[in-house]
Amino acid sequence: MKIPLIYNLRSLKQRPISTLTTAIGMALVVAVFVAMMALSNGFRAALVGTGAEENAFIVRKGANDEMSSGLSRQTVSTISSLPFVAKDDEGRPLISPETFVVISLQRINGGMGNVVVRGVSPQAIKVRSGVEIIEGKMFRIGAREIVVGKTLAQTFPNTAVGDQITFGGQPWTVVGHFSANGSAFESEIWGENEQFMPVFRGEVFQSVTFRMTDPSAFAGVAETLENDPRLFVDAHREVDFYENQSAQLGTILNFVAVFIASIMAVGAVFGAINTMYAAVASRAPEIGVLLTLGFKPRNVLSSFMVESLVIALIGGIIGCLIVLPINGLVTSTTNWSSFSEIAFAFRVTPRLLMYGLLFAAGMGLIGGFFPAWKAARQHVVEALRQA
Amino acid sequence: MKFARLVWANIFRNKRRTFLTTASVAVAMFLFASLRSIITTLEASAELGSEARLITRNAIGITFPLPEAYTSRLESTRGIRSVSWANWFGGVYQDPQDFFAQFAVQGESYFAMYPEIHVPDDQLDAFLRERTAAIVGAGLMERFGWSLDQTVTLQGTIFPGDWEFTIRGVYTPENPSFSDQAMYFRYDYLFERTNRQVTPGWFVLQLEDPTAAADISTTIDALFENSTAPTATETERAFQAGFVTMWGNVAGLVRAIGTAVFFAILLVAANTMMMAARERINEVAVMKTLGFQNRTLATLVLAEATIITGVGGLIGLFLAKGFINPANPVNVMLPGFNLTTGTFVAGVGISIALGLVSGAVPAWQSARLSVVQALRRVA
Amino acid sequence: MTTTKLSSDQTSSGSQTATALVEIRDLKKSYYRDSQEIPVIEGVTLTINRGEFLAMMGPSGSGKSTLLNIIAGLDSTEHGSVIVAGENVTAMSARELATWRGRHIGFVFQFYNLLPVLTAYQNIELPLLLTDLSKKERKEHVRTALDVVSLSDRAEHFPRQLSGGQQQRVGIARAIVSDPTIILADEPTGDLDAKSAEEILDLLTRLNEEFQKTIIMVTHDAKAAERAHAVMHLDKGVLSR
Repeated sequence: MKIPLIYNLRSLKQRPISTLTTAIGMALVVAVFVAMMALSNGFRAALVGTGAEENAFIVRKGANDEMSSGLSRQTVSTISSLPFVAKDDEGRPLISPETFVVISLQRINGGMGNVVVRGVSPQAIKVRSGVEIIEGKMFRIGAREIVVGKTLAQTFPNTAVGDQITFGGQPWTVVGHFSANGSAFESEIWGENEQFMPVFRGEVFQSVTFRMTDPSAFAGVAETLENDPRLFVDAHREVDFYENQSAQLGTILNFVAVFIASIMAVGAVFGAINTMYAAVASRAPEIGVLLTLGFKPRNVLSSFMVESLVIALIGGIIGCLIVLPINGLVTSTTNWSSFSEIAFAFRVTPRLLMYGLLFAAGMGLIGGFFPAWKAARQHVVEALRQA
Repeated sequence: MKFARLVWANIFRNKRRTFLTTASVAVAMFLFASLRSIITTLEASAELGSEARLITRNAIGITFPLPEAYTSRLESTRGIRSVSWANWFGGVYQDPQDFFAQFAVQGESYFAMYPEIHVPDDQLDAFLRERTAAIVGAGLMERFGWSLDQTVTLQGTIFPGDWEFTIRGVYTPENPSFSDQAMYFRYDYLFERTNRQVTPGWFVLQLEDPTAAADISTTIDALFENSTAPTATETERAFQAGFVTMWGNVAGLVRAIGTAVFFAILLVAANTMMMAARERINEVAVMKTLGFQNRTLATLVLAEATIITGVGGLIGLFLAKGFINPANPVNVMLPGFNLTTGTFVAGVGISIALGLVSGAVPAWQSARLSVVQALRRVA
Repeated sequence: MTTTKLSSDQTSSGSQTATALVEIRDLKKSYYRDSQEIPVIEGVTLTINRGEFLAMMGPSGSGKSTLLNIIAGLDSTEHGSVIVAGENVTAMSARELATWRGRHIGFVFQFYNLLPVLTAYQNIELPLLLTDLSKKERKEHVRTALDVVSLSDRAEHFPRQLSGGQQQRVGIARAIVSDPTIILADEPTGDLDAKSAEEILDLLTRLNEEFQKTIIMVTHDAKAAERAHAVMHLDKGVLSR
């Protein structure tokens, strides 16, 4: 026979201040936890979302980032002619040879950022999936025009459609903004590869991306390319390449999230323990009565643990509510692996919120255990005497 | 002071509660100190660069090189005492995740311009005599267990291939914020092996007169404005500070977390003090009958709260001090990671403030307590 | 019940003997619950002389404790005056009262009200912390008080280690340690068994007879009241003999 939940709920109402302060303490812990995980999530999503499973990504052998890579025109045309490069409806190879440089631009709120300027082929939109022009239009071939990623447009000045940005000693007209599934591309400036080559690094591409006719045959594709004596390249799956780049920073962000949240949780749990002990102490006579009525000690134990859990969940819900507004907030940092700025948004997902609540529940259960145990071990007579 | 024993006795009235509250505060202060140390370390590294040196880089971005031919024009610019240059190598030693910086530098002129990088004379001579020589930071030597005269091989990424270097010198920086985990080798080695294709990454210029920095920077940039590679020149300090801004809005994030932590713990401490006070209503009433002043009783409550939070804070700060020091691996990304006196003092101040705020309501309540009503509850 | 043989009838200041310690004139006191006025003391006039042992009896809610509280300066009154040891208690500020109380009043409670975190010694020492006495001097006073109540061997015990009677003796020691002008005892034997009650009453009697302490004791217990020189009855806020 279980002790009715309403007893616990009413008891909580009886000590509102105590309950609320404990709950809010936990709420803050949950909020910080979810916020930091959302940060890590956003960063990860930005990089993992970059790249498609069906694409192969080619760089010069030994280069572990695009910047260090260099591929000749010859190499590019050799690759284009290979049979495993898929073709679009018009029979053109779905391949995008690209140039990649990192330039210094001043941010809107001060400080310099290293921005990726990617010279793409007109096929890029088809090859790099998930890219969409959301405002304005795509750049014209042969013109000094560029399109700008949506998060970049928020962090750097002169990036509205119609504005001009100067770099490489030339003015470039922004003709459109694009989105790319929240991926790293949204922090980049895209223009025509042929236009950028003479301005920056000359007749050399940094990467080649193409759609594979059979994505499951990647291993074979890689072997062919890497063993070809005419070429000097490394082949990666596009997603893998970018995921690797996120590894270091992503790991750090995750570590920091867990580290900070755990420490805060310890503090909050201590607070919860105090609150529950006080509750148990002040309700000793009630417990005595419950035991007299025939409830068993283990009923008392679970009753108090449930009470602690309820406080924690209240805190968890409040915490989740507090943290929701940051969803979509854009922040940026430098990914040292690629030496380029990456802007990404905090990403609060339902799964993360659930983790937050679970975290809160965990705190509640841990915090409530010892006091509940004490309550369960009350001697009836002693407890009643305190009445 | 004679009330000390009373305050003490009250603190230990409920040992478990006091312990848990103290521990909470300790935990919060540990976190606070850690977070603030990240900020202070970043700030320190932003102050690292010299105001008496200029960095001239390609205006497009730091990843673009400059022609070596610029050297003579830079040298003959009025106000420049000497010119040197360096390149970022970006190589990998065994494990790509085991990162450290490598620079190819214009031998003699470079180290002459950086007196704060201490290299023993004989080692510097050895470096200048041998093309494949390298000078390595003391911290790096320890990290990989290298020894002097050892040959190490790096995999180039920007400059592909296997690169062998012989360690002929070890440097120790004067300033702890200056990383001691970098490797310097000779530019001419890079030059020859890349078939004379490489050109300087950036130039370092020594000023005769630091106050002329701004003018000379403008002059230099004007000099190359219409060349193939326009330049951007600034003091080394500004240049370094720019790197710090690349971290993005770290300071803001850290401050937000710090605030959340503070409030969470404040709630814990305040709750504890209020619970404690509730137990003691009777006793406070009795003390008033004995003649204790309201003010005295309020002070005792505040003293109790502040001692608990103060002790907790000190414990947390000392734990942080043990954790935050140059031996911590975070040092690779944040050289000189350290708990400054400023952070320590701020931590103590916050702990005390925490005590005062959490004790405020109970203190006020005890002062306002009506003896008659309180005692009637018992009798 | 002993006949009253004291000068408690005298009300005019002119024929006041030099030993009048407490003078209460036309005291009225009401409590307010919600917006209802509940009168507790309906005009009490009383003089208590130095060295008297007065017992006050009456049913619950008759205002006995209230009267005690007012004399001790713990409660206020809108009407009437209370002069204790020459000072007008009803006219003093809270601060002044606190100081005055520490010096002049020794309170003994029904439920002892010792601080559980302090030893017997420290509990007794408590009122002395408000004085300028040095640690050594405080020690002397406490030791003396402990002797008087015959608890010298229990000085380092905590209240939870003492019986009811022993705790009350500590309470009394605390009440006398600063050598107060008056001892006020609110149902001092209310929570004790017969034997302990006897011991406490013996102690109070001794304090009164040997040390000339003026004692006002509120009690339910007729046997306790017998120990006093005079007994007052307070019923519905009205005093009678």
